[in-house]
Amino acid sequence: MENIKATETKEVKVNYLNNGYSIWSWLFTKDHKRIAIMYLISISIFFLIGGLYAAAIRLELLTPQSDLFETGTYNKIFTHHGIMMVFFFLIPAIPATLGNFMIPIMIGAKDLAFPRINLLSLYLYWLGGIITLWALLQGGVDTGWTFYTPYSTTFSNSYVVAAGLGIFINGFSSILTGLNFIVTIHTMRAPGMTWFRLPLFVWAHYATSLVMILGTPVVAITILLVAVERIARIGIFDPAIGGDPILFQHLFWFYSHPAVYIMILPSMGVISELIANFSRKRIFGYEFIAFSSIAIAVFGFLVWGHHMFVSGQSIYAGLVFSFLTMVVAVPSAIKVFNWTATLYKGQVSYDTPMLYALGFIGLFLIGGLTGLFLGSIGLNVHLTDTYFVVAHFHYVMVGGTVLGYLGGLHYWWPKMTGKMYSEFWGKISAMLVFVGFNLTFFPQFILGYMGMPRRYAAYPPELQVLNIFSTAGASVLGVGLVLPVIYLTLSLIVGKKAPANPWLLPGLEWRTSSPPPTENFEETPVVTWEAYEFSEDNGLDIEKAKRELVTA
Amino acid sequence: MQQQSYSWVPLFPERASSFAWEVDALYFYLVAISVFFTVLIVATIFYFAIRYREKEKFKSGAEIHGSLLLETTWTAIPFVIAMTIFLGGAIVYYNQYRPPKDAMEIYVVGKQWMWKMQHPTGQREINELHVPVNTKIKLIMTTEDVLHDFYIPAFRTKADVVPGRYTTLWFEATKPGKYHLYCAEYCGLNHSGMGGWIYVMEKEDYERWLAGNVSNQTPAEAGKELFEAKLGCASCHQQNDQGRGPTLVGLFGKEVKLANGQKVIANEEYIRNSILNPQGQIVEGYQPIMPTFKGQVTEEQLVALVAYIKSLGTQPQSNTMTASN
Ligand code: HEC
Ligand SMILES: [Cu+2]
Ligand SMILES: [Cu+2]
Repeated sequence: MENIKATETKEVKVNYLNNGYSIWSWLFTKDHKRIAIMYLISISIFFLIGGLYAAAIRLELLTPQSDLFETGTYNKIFTHHGIMMVFFFLIPAIPATLGNFMIPIMIGAKDLAFPRINLLSLYLYWLGGIITLWALLQGGVDTGWTFYTPYSTTFSNSYVVAAGLGIFINGFSSILTGLNFIVTIHTMRAPGMTWFRLPLFVWAHYATSLVMILGTPVVAITILLVAVERIARIGIFDPAIGGDPILFQHLFWFYSHPAVYIMILPSMGVISELIANFSRKRIFGYEFIAFSSIAIAVFGFLVWGHHMFVSGQSIYAGLVFSFLTMVVAVPSAIKVFNWTATLYKGQVSYDTPMLYALGFIGLFLIGGLTGLFLGSIGLNVHLTDTYFVVAHFHYVMVGGTVLGYLGGLHYWWPKMTGKMYSEFWGKISAMLVFVGFNLTFFPQFILGYMGMPRRYAAYPPELQVLNIFSTAGASVLGVGLVLPVIYLTLSLIVGKKAPANPWLLPGLEWRTSSPPPTENFEETPVVTWEAYEFSEDNGLDIEKAKRELVTA
Repeated sequence: MQQQSYSWVPLFPERASSFAWEVDALYFYLVAISVFFTVLIVATIFYFAIRYREKEKFKSGAEIHGSLLLETTWTAIPFVIAMTIFLGGAIVYYNQYRPPKDAMEIYVVGKQWMWKMQHPTGQREINELHVPVNTKIKLIMTTEDVLHDFYIPAFRTKADVVPGRYTTLWFEATKPGKYHLYCAEYCGLNHSGMGGWIYVMEKEDYERWLAGNVSNQTPAEAGKELFEAKLGCASCHQQNDQGRGPTLVGLFGKEVKLANGQKVIANEEYIRNSILNPQGQIVEGYQPIMPTFKGQVTEEQLVALVAYIKSLGTQPQSNTMTASN
């Protein structure tokens, strides 16, 4: 194909990275790849900030007393941790970076449908992020990331409105990204790229985008109402002035439960790519995985009440929500079974991305199963608002989203940067993350069943042992997460040059040079193969790939 | 003072209420399911990953696309299991969240950052609650400020405490001892300090404890005083229907017809709303002249008024008292 010529000629090829070096060529770019890189840097910064707060939390909880920080400071720390991680890292993590970079290439398009709107999304994300960061630095917020009323509207003496404004603005970034993806996937597929030839990563993002568009406006309105009540004292949520505090919870979870799927669905998409490609065979049950994403997105809108079983909502509403929560668990189970079955009779290799993918399955399994504990209404009464919930959602959001994100980042790193990372350090860090993660969060399930409430700066002494384990695990996890920052950055300088298709994979993204040219492909590709097609007629040249492997 | 009670099982909470074992049984059922599936999947992954590891660089795996039979199986089985979990949860929940009719009622008012309790016999406690063993107890709870949550892990139950309304929590303690009480809904600065202890006592000990704590006034007595003297409710609400307002004798538990044609059951919530927002629900046949008492009564006084009106007779048991209606 065309990149044979490229590797054979010695002159430097124009790609999206060397196509202009000025700051303006980045800030005013319309190239989805450059925008993705700027997102990547930004979310890493927010992840770092969120991570520092996490470290502070684990240090405080090393001892039963509230001794390292004042209680009020601790409350701000866990609030900031949640806000940074949820709104500014987890939600944009995969869609805005890997999705932004890869979706157009994977479907054979030159860019997203609305490149300027894509840039606008990034600016909104920055603006929202800066406003929220400003609020945190000015004095911070102490409401928890859930902003429950009437505490947030009437009682809290902190920068609720400013932080809310940042989140509000950031919401539009998400909405626009979702819109952009949907239009792109509908209208910009290359000739031959039918719906059922789309990589599952693209299906997952399609489902995610639906949730972003339908759910985010609700949380935007909710935040607005909080601000209205706080500033103008119009009674919406505070019963003292005629409002209803439970209404807030309905509105908030109507978005925030589906938001869980904004975080996990893209990651599931990454895992489907990794499992199929590193088993070198077609994914098992393609349609079932694709439609299970859509089913999760749709049913995900009907289960918000499972966050409110003890809130005073009606008993019958509780039962219905519990039932629907059980139903929504099924499509996730289907995915896990299909991934496992994909390995059967494959040619499984254990490169770093695959280690992350296998780790993901293990952690997501536990995260999903403990979700059944919490969805079962009678058990939920005991477990809700305890560390069991904290452990559960970290298994889903760190074990799920972060592992998928890291797996995808390693997988596409050669494509995005043109450089190979160190496999050795990649494997080490994948192991450290897996072990550290389990050591941090597994003890929290036990703590939760013992009754340790969440958001506690101080706790009874009999719970200390498990908390020490958790903090120890967090240190291992921390090392595991810092390592990639180091060796990935180093790979930019000392890394080997990445070939166009280092693993000889059939996806379109591997049929253009690494890093890709600004317009992604030199000529519009025509797709004649199925997704994850490893048979002879996928148009790949094994002999050439082997030659490249030797020279690399 | 009494020692805290621990479970003999390490890292497991003490179990001390009538429905706690049901919650535990459900928990172990789920643990069993989780272990089964985790082992199944992890073992399969390990087996496949090793058995089918890459033999030769860039060799392709087998051409397998899927199997409808397998898909159906692994959709149906998890669905059925999920339904058993739902049903189990529903049954346990029913027992946790349907307070029995004949329970002893204790009033709880939460505020940043303490719990105030009042026994039916008038004894007040802060951050501590003494209750007799093997007795059904129903807490009627509200808060003066933000959300809180009354959580007793040893009883395996909790409920949010919501400003502007009454929520209830019930339990029957089965084992004397001293158990943690936590606030489980984040409520600001000293959230993690808003805890205390539940003391479950043998019945005689409880009687002795009651006798040793001089009771000022029962909630109903305090309510009567407010009703007749301090707030002047009695000027409109009399023992019969001669006053400007309807008589409140026998009101509790009755179905009330409102001017707008709606029918509502007169429960604690209704009485509370009638006092704070009388214009919201006008009783059929009366003028909307009752003034609002919003801002003039504290949560504790409201609780006392509710207790007093309840003491005037409950509809189902005392039909004779409401003959005047
Ligand atoms: C000025 C006279 C007046 C005063 C004082 C007054 N009420 Fe009323 N109240 C009424 C009238 C008239 C109604 C029926 C119309 C309505 O529902 O507002 C009523 C209704 C009620 C009801 C609903 C009764 C039912 O049958 O459903 C309750 C409960 C109640 N009042 C409690 C109180 C309490 C407690 C106080 C004192 C804190 C109080 N009222 C003071 C006039 C009064
Ligand atoms: Cu949810
Ligand atoms: Cu609290």
